This record gives sequence, structure tokens and C-alpha cells, in this order.
Amino acid sequence: MTAQPFRLPAGGRIRRDEPLSFRFDGIEYQGYRGDTLASALLAAGVRRTARSVKLGRPRGVFTAGSAEPNAIVQIEAPFPEPMLTATTVELYDGLVASGLPGQGRLADEPDPARYDAVHAHCDVLVVGGGPAGLAAAAAAARTGARVILADEQPEPGGSLLDTGELPDWVARTTAELAAAAETRVLSRTTVFGHYDDNHLLAVERRTNHLGAQAPSHLSRERIWRIRARRVVLATGAHERPIAFADNDRPGIMLAAAARAYLHRYAVVAGRRAVVFTTGDSAYDAALDLAAAGVDVAAVADARPRPGAAAERAARAGIEVLAGHAVIGTTGDRQLTGVTVRPLHDGEPTGPAAPIAADLLLVSGGWNPALHLFGQAGGQLRYDPGLGAFLPDGCRQAVRVAGAARGVGELPGCLADGAEAGRRAAQDEGFTAARPLPPPEASAAPEPGAPSVPLWVVPGQDNLDRAFVDLQRDVTVADLARASGAGLRSVEHLKRYTTAGTAHDQGKTSGVLTSGVAARLLGVDPAELGTTTFRPPYTPVAFAALAGRNRGVLHDPVRVTALHDRHLAHGARFENVGQWKRPWYYPRDGEDMAAAVARECRAAREGVAMMDAGTLGKIDVQGPDAGVFLDRLYTNMMSTLRVGMIRYGVMCRADGMVFDDGTVARLAEDRFLLTTTTGNAAAVLDWLEEWSQTEWPELRVHCTSVTDQWATVALVGPRSREVLAAIAPQLAVGAPDFPFMAWRDATVAGIPARVCRISFSGELAYEINVASWYATALWEALHTAGRPLGITPYGTETMHVLRAEKGYPIVGQDTDGTVTPQDLGMGWVVSKKKRDFVGKRSHSRADTSRPDRKQLVALLPPPDVLLPEGTQLIATDRLARPPVPMEGHVTSSYRSAALGRTFALALVRSGRRRIGERLYAPVGGELVPVTVADPVLYDPEGTRRDG
Amino acid sequence: MLLIPCPWCGPRDEAEFGYGGQAHVPYPQDPAALSDREWARYLFFRDNPKGPHAERWCHSAGCRRWFNAVRNTATNEVLAVYRVGEPRPVTG
Repeated sequence: MTAQPFRLPAGGRIRRDEPLSFRFDGIEYQGYRGDTLASALLAAGVRRTARSVKLGRPRGVFTAGSAEPNAIVQIEAPFPEPMLTATTVELYDGLVASGLPGQGRLADEPDPARYDAVHAHCDVLVVGGGPAGLAAAAAAARTGARVILADEQPEPGGSLLDTGELPDWVARTTAELAAAAETRVLSRTTVFGHYDDNHLLAVERRTNHLGAQAPSHLSRERIWRIRARRVVLATGAHERPIAFADNDRPGIMLAAAARAYLHRYAVVAGRRAVVFTTGDSAYDAALDLAAAGVDVAAVADARPRPGAAAERAARAGIEVLAGHAVIGTTGDRQLTGVTVRPLHDGEPTGPAAPIAADLLLVSGGWNPALHLFGQAGGQLRYDPGLGAFLPDGCRQAVRVAGAARGVGELPGCLADGAEAGRRAAQDEGFTAARPLPPPEASAAPEPGAPSVPLWVVPGQDNLDRAFVDLQRDVTVADLARASGAGLRSVEHLKRYTTAGTAHDQGKTSGVLTSGVAARLLGVDPAELGTTTFRPPYTPVAFAALAGRNRGVLHDPVRVTALHDRHLAHGARFENVGQWKRPWYYPRDGEDMAAAVARECRAAREGVAMMDAGTLGKIDVQGPDAGVFLDRLYTNMMSTLRVGMIRYGVMCRADGMVFDDGTVARLAEDRFLLTTTTGNAAAVLDWLEEWSQTEWPELRVHCTSVTDQWATVALVGPRSREVLAAIAPQLAVGAPDFPFMAWRDATVAGIPARVCRISFSGELAYEINVASWYATALWEALHTAGRPLGITPYGTETMHVLRAEKGYPIVGQDTDGTVTPQDLGMGWVVSKKKRDFVGKRSHSRADTSRPDRKQLVALLPPPDVLLPEGTQLIATDRLARPPVPMEGHVTSSYRSAALGRTFALALVRSGRRRIGERLYAPVGGELVPVTVADPVLYDPEGTRRDG
Repeated sequence: MLLIPCPWCGPRDEAEFGYGGQAHVPYPQDPAALSDREWARYLFFRDNPKGPHAERWCHSAGCRRWFNAVRNTATNEVLAVYRVGEPRPVTG
């Protein structure tokens, strides 16, 4: 049993029957279930938990919660996790951790834990389970409203558990909430973001506190996305430090934190304490610690007349030094002494007196925790009496209750919370038959003396050791340098000094920064304000935010109805949008180049087949469908005869190519459009947008049918033979079934629509069947074509074949700055139509200038494959930068048919430069290329009809 | 995350919607009659107010209907929603 010399023999909320072993900085310790890592370290007498980030100064536990700036740790085991606060890590058996000097290490192994997310709706969301929050939740719950209470601690109670007050009321109210039908209490749940329309995000730590014992079926953390009609922010207040020299040594902590360690964990944070305060609340800490056996050497109260609280302390035998301040501390590894000095009218007078102490409790006042309120758009106002920013108006349905709006006394917080909860429910139409009774009568608080804000202890010369932001090592001297450099906005001071930018986001330092800066600038803190509050309130692991949306669930994977066939044929796949498309089908150890060359030869010389099912398909119906399409395609669609197909291009209003595809007229009032694979959804959206917003008078309806149809392209001079074999009733000859016609037919016994479309220049048929029949069609084609050597081919071969013919791919050979004319496709742009989307732009000065980049082919040396994206220049040596750019390579392949490599490129004035030589910088060499007409294969189009 | 009251479906999470830019920028009756400058104004120029802004939204992951909303760009409050073709309502 390792010693816990600072653990009291009784008390606290820890489970003494569950001792836990853990290691910190390589040393074995013991604590109890219910401890935090910080409380267990303090119980063991560990004072120094880490060194500071910039100056390497020893630091110890400073708070008892999520505001902690000092005790930053790395969890080493069971799973590595960086940058946690020891004050919020619940102790578990086998925990291995080490102190961090402000920077951690990410795990170098995959996180085995699961994370998930939940959406929730409620009438009243109460954030914070302290006295005000518990009262608010109970008052709202009694009305029958749907209530969620979210609290970051392992159990509700908040500050009441820190102070040991009203334990029965906490237990009773918690039980009442647990029993309320429409109420959900989320413990270990930090609301970290408050967004528009009362949308709040919270992270629930479900199994973190169980360490290696965490059941694997439970998610480790869960994100709650809560939409609340009303929000009650009972987020409490953070005690703030005071800036004086060497205010950062291990053994210096906030007064309320020491009280929390006593009442929650039965830990005394030291043997001999000095208290430095500007208000009454620290006296309660002093009295509680004294009652627990701590030698409270003195209370230095900056106020000249501290009032009743001081008298109470004096009666208990504690020396109260009214009108005194701490001006310095001693102790290397940990605090050994405190120096106090009287203040008179805010100036130090009289001799300094050293006091031996291993614990210094500091209380510079309380900052309402208004981070969420600020995120929600709430305005703050400065209260000079409290020396704190309080909530003012908020456009959202938000109430702030209790200490978060500056209510100081416990009975006031309870009443304020209950009222906020009751009214929030009432605003949603809920009222309680039995309102929440006030807690059992406690002694009426004695009238206290007001606190007096003190930002910096005056008369000090060691301001470069008077820390404002402990986590960033920002001192009063740093702020003085910043204001001396002319910075006057608190936002600028923050960025210049980094104060408040550490992962504690300045919870203890933010208002102190404003107060110190205001003093340096000689302005009122009200004038300076605070920096902007942004989510998250406390750090949230990316794994939690990602939830289940990682790995295979990161993005949907779409496969066609023929995916199994592709696997059986040994396809290698490529991602096209969310689709997995066969890229090529290697045989017998072929590499990609060999496979593609073989597939290309089959398509050009024999017969080949490809899954074209990923092309987007949109069914457009209605009496005005033809007119509608005329307005969106650059060419005329209304004149298309039923039974025929037309290639079409769509432009954006700026005249740039948006998509291309085919349009088949199925009936007078019905068209079937195909789109590029990647643009299917965008084109449907485009059609809907124009139909709904500009031309609602047109009677037209659009429906996606992409997944309803499976499409196999049957390609090659011998494709007709294969089709004839399995579609005996179909007249497959060119005179009966001309190019760009479609026929309903029975193919392999399957109802099919066969289209004479070619994306390769060869005789080709695209056979469409209901997706259900995809495999049957594929197998029938494969079987019928086997005697002719039918060859499945993938997207790479498709690209080579189309590029040999100079057919551009939208999104590869175009990039949103390319017009149809740039592509050499002026023929697809109607001159007859009065208008279509994009037409007016084609006559703009920039779109009609002759030196635009135009699509051409490039012929490099026959064995050189130009990388796609390669820039083109006009000279055979590199000019001094900036080098004039003549264009760039958009597509580049090896061609079996041409027996050489080739490329497509966008080249300035390209069509006028056919035959010219350009140069492509590739890996330090300048490769000569010849500009050519983009149609390199069968320019006469003789192969189309077989 | 906004809660946007779709005029067809009621209040829904912002994630269900697509944004369509400023409303009431109609496609010109006769683009050919416009000068380059006028056409460029239609293509490229939009208001960027701090305060109420009439804009188009599409309930993409819901009813797929386009509608208009007046949103305060400074506070993100949706002050009104109305159907395409209806005039911009008076908002406070």
C-alpha cells in the first residue's frame, strides 16, 4: 500500500473499498474510485505535476476542474491520449500518465474505441448540475416538460459537492430527476458548443473512467446534438487568480479548489496554508481546511475592512491580515513560503513579512462562466462591484441562472435556478401542479462585505514572474510590452501575447487579462471587454466528433449491380465520386499498361464490353419537357424525333461547360438524359432549380433513374454479331438501326432498351435493362461473345478510346473555365435558338477572344508519357520567371491503335497552332511536343457503323 | 446550425438545406438585349448586407423544393420564409 499522507482518514465521496493503482511520471501510486488523477496525486503528496510550456517552471494542480491551466497530462496507457487535465481525468486501475510541458503526443496506433452520436430534442435544456442547475431542472421537470440536464461531473451537485453543503437536497433532487418521466440527466457530459437556434453540442464520456475495464460494446464517447426550445445556462463561475510575483509555484491553488479537494476527495492540499483573498468566499475554504487540521497561518485580505467573514475566521483562531497582499513566494520544487505586505490606499506600505507555508490559496473573485452564453450570441456587461462580466441580452431563448449571472449566495442561486427552470417551462406552455419547494432552511447568510477586484498586486518589480495565463506563461510584463507596443484591443493583446489561447482557452486567465490590460491602458474593463468566446468550451477529441463516420463509413461507397461480376473478372477499381468503377482487368500478371493495351485492341479490332451503369440518368417528363431542355442544353432538343438520341452540352449562365451527355426522346412528352458519372446529382439539382425558380410555368418533372437501370456498352466492329446472337428479333443492321437511335428489344430474354451510342468511335450498342437483370445480361453477352474473344474493359481503356477520338471528359479536360467553343464543339451550340442558359456569355469579350485556351492533342516523342497537369511553354529553354505559360496537359495515355503516347491539352490559341512545337517541362527536362488536331484516330468517322 | 422553417415541411435542421444565394435576381427576359456590363451585373454582382437578406434555399434532403427566406446575416435569425414567386414579405 503506497502512502497517501495527505488523505484524511474519513470523509469525501471516494470509494475507500475500491483502491486503485496508477503510475505517474514512472512512479506507482494508489488512490480510490471516485478520485481524479489530480486528487490522487495531491493525496500522495505530489505537488509538481509538470513544467510550464515556455519557461519550464515547475507547476502543480491549480484548480479542481475543467478550468485547469497547469496540470496537463499525457495518458500513456491503456490508450495514449494527449493533453488531458489531471483535474478531470477520473482515476482508474492501471492508469499510466505523465506530466506534460504544454504539448502532448498523438497516439501512433489506431484508436480501438468506438464513438457515436445522438440527436435529442427537448423543451428545456439545463446546462450545469450545480445548485442553480439542479433547481432549474427540477422546477422544469415538475411541469412535465421534456428536460435534459447536462453536467460535466460524474454526479450532479456541482459546487455543493465542493463545499459539502446540502447533501440531502442534492440526493433528493437527483433522485426526483431520475424518476421524472420526461427528464434525462446526462452526467460526465460537457456542453461544449452553443449554436444558432438553440442547437447545442455536448460530449458524453461514457467509458473513459473505466480504463481497460471499459466494455467494448459501449461507445467511449458520444456526441449529443441537442435542439432545445429553451436553454437555462447554470454554468457557474470560475474563481480567478491574482497577479503577483511567483504566483505559479506548485502549492499555489485557487481557494475553492482546495475546498473541493477536501470535501470531494478527503484530501488536504497542504499542511500549513496562507489564504490571499479579495472577497468573502475564501474564508469558507480557510475555515473548512482549519477544521480538517490544516494549519491556516493567515488570511491576507486585500480589503482594509473585511467584515463578518473575517470575524468568523478570527473567532476560529485564524489570523486575518486586513489590507494585506501577497507580494511574493519562495520554494523551488514546491511552495515553502509566502511574503505578505500591508497595502494602504492601494499602495504597499510597511515591512514585508515572510510566512512559512506549503499551500497558498488564492481568490481574486469569481468570473461567471459565460462561454456558452457568449457563443449563443449573448452580450456581456461589466459589473464594477463584482469585477466581473455578467450576462446582458441574448437573441436566443436562453436564461442564465445562479453564479453564472453573478448571484453570490447559495440560497439566491437555488431560488434563481428554480425560477429560471419554471419560467423556461412556462414559456413552452408547461406549468407545475406542485412547484419545487425551497431546500430545508439553512442559516440565513450573514451580510458579507463586498469583494474588491484586485488584478495586479501593486508595487512589484518582478512583473515578469507575475503570471496572468499560466498555461501560456504570459505575465503582466508581457501584457505591458504589448500595450507599450501600441496594442489597445483585448483581441490584439490576446494574439500578441497568446494569453487565453492555450487549450484551457483562458478560463482562469481571460478576465484577469482584461483587468490587467485595462489597468495598463488606463481604461475601464467595461471599455476593454472580453475576447470572443468560441466553441469548444473544453477540448473535444476528433475521434468523438467523427463518431462512426470513419473508415468504410467515412463516405458512402456505391457499387453497380455488376460489381460481383467485376470482382469475378479480377478488376482493379478506381474511385469515381463515390462509385467503385472497374479501372482495368489484368490477366495473368499483366501490368496496367499491358491490360489496357489488350482491352483497347479488343474494342478496336473485335468486341469488348463495359459497365456504363454509373452514368447519371434523369427521366424528364411533361408537355413542356422539350422547351425546358431547349433552354438548358446549348443545342436543340425539342426537334428530336421519338426513337432518336442526341448528344448535348449544358453550360452555366457564365457560358462555361457544366456537363454533357445524351438525350433520348422516349415519347413526345418524355426524355431520358444521361449525365457524367460525377455530376448526376448536380445536374438533377440544376434542372430542379431552373424549373422551380425561373420557369415554374413549364409543366415538367424530373426524376433520377440512375440506379433503376443497368447499362452495358457493347463495343467493337464485331459487337453487332454478338447482339444479333442474343437479340434475334432486333434488326441490328445499320439501315434499320442507325447511329443515335434507340430501340426497345428483348436481349437474352430480358426487356431492354438498346441505344446506338458510341464513346469510342467504334460500332457500339448501349444495352439498358432493369438493374435486377444486370448480371443475366452481362453473362449472356459474355457467353455469346466468347467465341469472338469478348473482353471486359474498364475506365482506363474507355479513356484511351475516347481520347483517341478527341472526346473531352467534363471535369478532366474542362475545369469550369472552358466553353464549348474552347473544346472545338461550336457545332453543338445552336445558332437558331433565341436563348439558352449560357448563350449570352458566349459573346462576352473575354469568352469570345481568339487567344483563349483551346482543346488540342499533343504528340510527344512516341515513348514519353506526359504527366497530366504538365505545363506547356513555347521555348526550348526555360526563360527567367515568370515563364509565359501556353497551356497544360489535361489527359495523357499510351495508345495501342496509334502505337505511341499522346495527350490532350488546353493550349492558348491551340487550334491556330496545330503543327507547332511546344515544350513540356518534365522532371527537369524540356520535352518537345507537337500540337495536333484532337481527333487522332479515324478522323473520317468510318468505323461508327462497323 | 440553423433551424430553417421550410414552407412545405416545417422547421428542419440546416444540414437538410442547400443555399442558393440572393433571391429576386431573375433571369433576364432577353439576355441578348443586355450590354456586356448589364449581363455581367446579372452574372456576378450580388448584395452583401449586414442585416435582413432575401435569399434562396432548397430543402435538398427533404421535399427538394426551392423557397425564399429573409435571414438576418448578422444574427442568423430567419425572419420569414415564402414560396418562389411570392413577393418579399415585410420584416421587422
